[in-house]
Amino acid sequence: MQSSTIKKNLYNVGAILKGLSITFGYMFRKRPTIQYPSVKKQHAPRFHGLHELRRYGDGQERCIGCELCSSACPANAITVIGAENAPGDRVSPGERHAARYEIDELRCIFCGMCEEACPTDAIVLTPRFEMADYRRGSFIYDKDRLLVPIDAGVGAAPDERPGGIPGDLGRVADIKSTTDVAEGYSATWRGEILKTQRRGLASQ
Amino acid sequence: MMVPLWLIVLVKSAVLLLVVVTTFAYAMLAERKVLGWMQLRPGPNRVGPWGLMQPAADAAKLMLKEDLTPKTADPLIYRLAPFISLLTAFSVYAIIPFGSSSSGTWAIGNVNAGILLILAITSIGVYGISLGGWASGSKYPLLGSVRATAQMISYELAMSLSFIGVLILAGTTSLDGIVNAQVRWWFFVPQFFGCIIYIITAVAETNRTPFDLVEAETELVAGFHTEYSGLRFGLFFIAEYVNMLTVSCIATLLFFGGWNAPLGLTLIPGVVWFVAKVAMFMFFYMWLRATLPRLRYDRLMAFGWKVLLPLATLNLVVTAIVVAFRG
Ligand code: SF4
Ligand code: SF4
Repeated sequence: MQSSTIKKNLYNVGAILKGLSITFGYMFRKRPTIQYPSVKKQHAPRFHGLHELRRYGDGQERCIGCELCSSACPANAITVIGAENAPGDRVSPGERHAARYEIDELRCIFCGMCEEACPTDAIVLTPRFEMADYRRGSFIYDKDRLLVPIDAGVGAAPDERPGGIPGDLGRVADIKSTTDVAEGYSATWRGEILKTQRRGLASQ
Repeated sequence: MMVPLWLIVLVKSAVLLLVVVTTFAYAMLAERKVLGWMQLRPGPNRVGPWGLMQPAADAAKLMLKEDLTPKTADPLIYRLAPFISLLTAFSVYAIIPFGSSSSGTWAIGNVNAGILLILAITSIGVYGISLGGWASGSKYPLLGSVRATAQMISYELAMSLSFIGVLILAGTTSLDGIVNAQVRWWFFVPQFFGCIIYIITAVAETNRTPFDLVEAETELVAGFHTEYSGLRFGLFFIAEYVNMLTVSCIATLLFFGGWNAPLGLTLIPGVVWFVAKVAMFMFFYMWLRATLPRLRYDRLMAFGWKVLLPLATLNLVVTAIVVAFRG
């Protein structure tokens, strides 16, 4: 063996020892792990998470069913079907309100365009992000789940609400009957179906 | 009243089996913890306090998994192979002594050719791997088992040669005698190169990183046990860990003085020292796994034949000459 090969091999042995010392040292480093379900990380102040439909201070819905959010959405995730407010029983202060309002959270890219497009600040993104579920259908959030409950605080934006953001805006178990979850609905074609329904509503 | 010998052996075996299986379970947990720490993770910590019930959860999982046999497999050999691995892995413990007291050595059987018997038994272990891969009837296991066979043969040579240096110094092949010969100094000192060679070949023998070519995930899916599932995979897994434990025990017995206390600290019983030394070796294997990447196959072979074998031979010759001249 030439001396250069021996030197190289000795160098390799040195490299192995160095590697061993590095891994050994890492054993005593501080680990950056956050024990997630029990300890939660503080989200960024403007984190984009699950949507919420807000209300005015008197409990009326802010959404006026204008469909601007739906047109602004780059992912085609929002479907709005507006309807006239009945004079005696107003849902929103405007002329119209959203009869159906649905967001397909599987399509949504959480860009916040809907938030920007909305003229009445009705749709906002909250920092909620734990939406995992077993069925595709349950990712279609309808008004039942998007609309902020009256007792969660009305008027203020989610971040400024005294009680903070509700941890859970509606459990999956409770909403199974509200959407088409039970029928094994395919989320991809939801927009088409709603368009048909909208045509039906318009012709009435 | 005389207790019959078979009863003593039976009770000893049962106790030992329990000890070895428990050690396996917690060695596995320890490995996952150590690997985790070295990669800045906490390791398993969800089942029980500090993750201590993790082995039980794993065992339950493996038992509940479906036991698949591929259509192309040779059913008898396919089902038999894990048991060959496991049986040979466990049977070595029949002759490994763990300590000694005034009434004798702590071992099930005290064989006067102990070290040769260990070599023989562990060599049979490779049949489990190669037959398992062969009988799976699919390409990756076959490649894995071919590799296993080649690797075991090439590294077993250097391994046996590194033993012989110790045997010359101790003048006996019984494990008992070897340990007793190390009362003054451990063979780690006069057989330094032998010890290094043994440690390297032991890693190769147990198919662990950086010599885990047999189950190289990146190229061979899972190597010889790709087709195995459920409890049969579990048996291979246990065998691998028990083998790791075995080579740690042998390294302790041959090079690190077995149950002899270092620095005359005889206050602490020998068996504690034995366990501590074995634990040290186990940690070393985990440490290696966390550090080194896998060797390329041709390099592995070249290293075995062109580096380890000549070095082991040289070590043997030098030892023999020195012993011959000093009488
Ligand atoms: S956040 Fe973006 S993608 Fe999601 S609904 Fe709003 S506009 Fe669409
Ligand atoms: S949420 Fe805002 S943009 Fe969307 S329909 Fe209602 S009012 Fe219009």
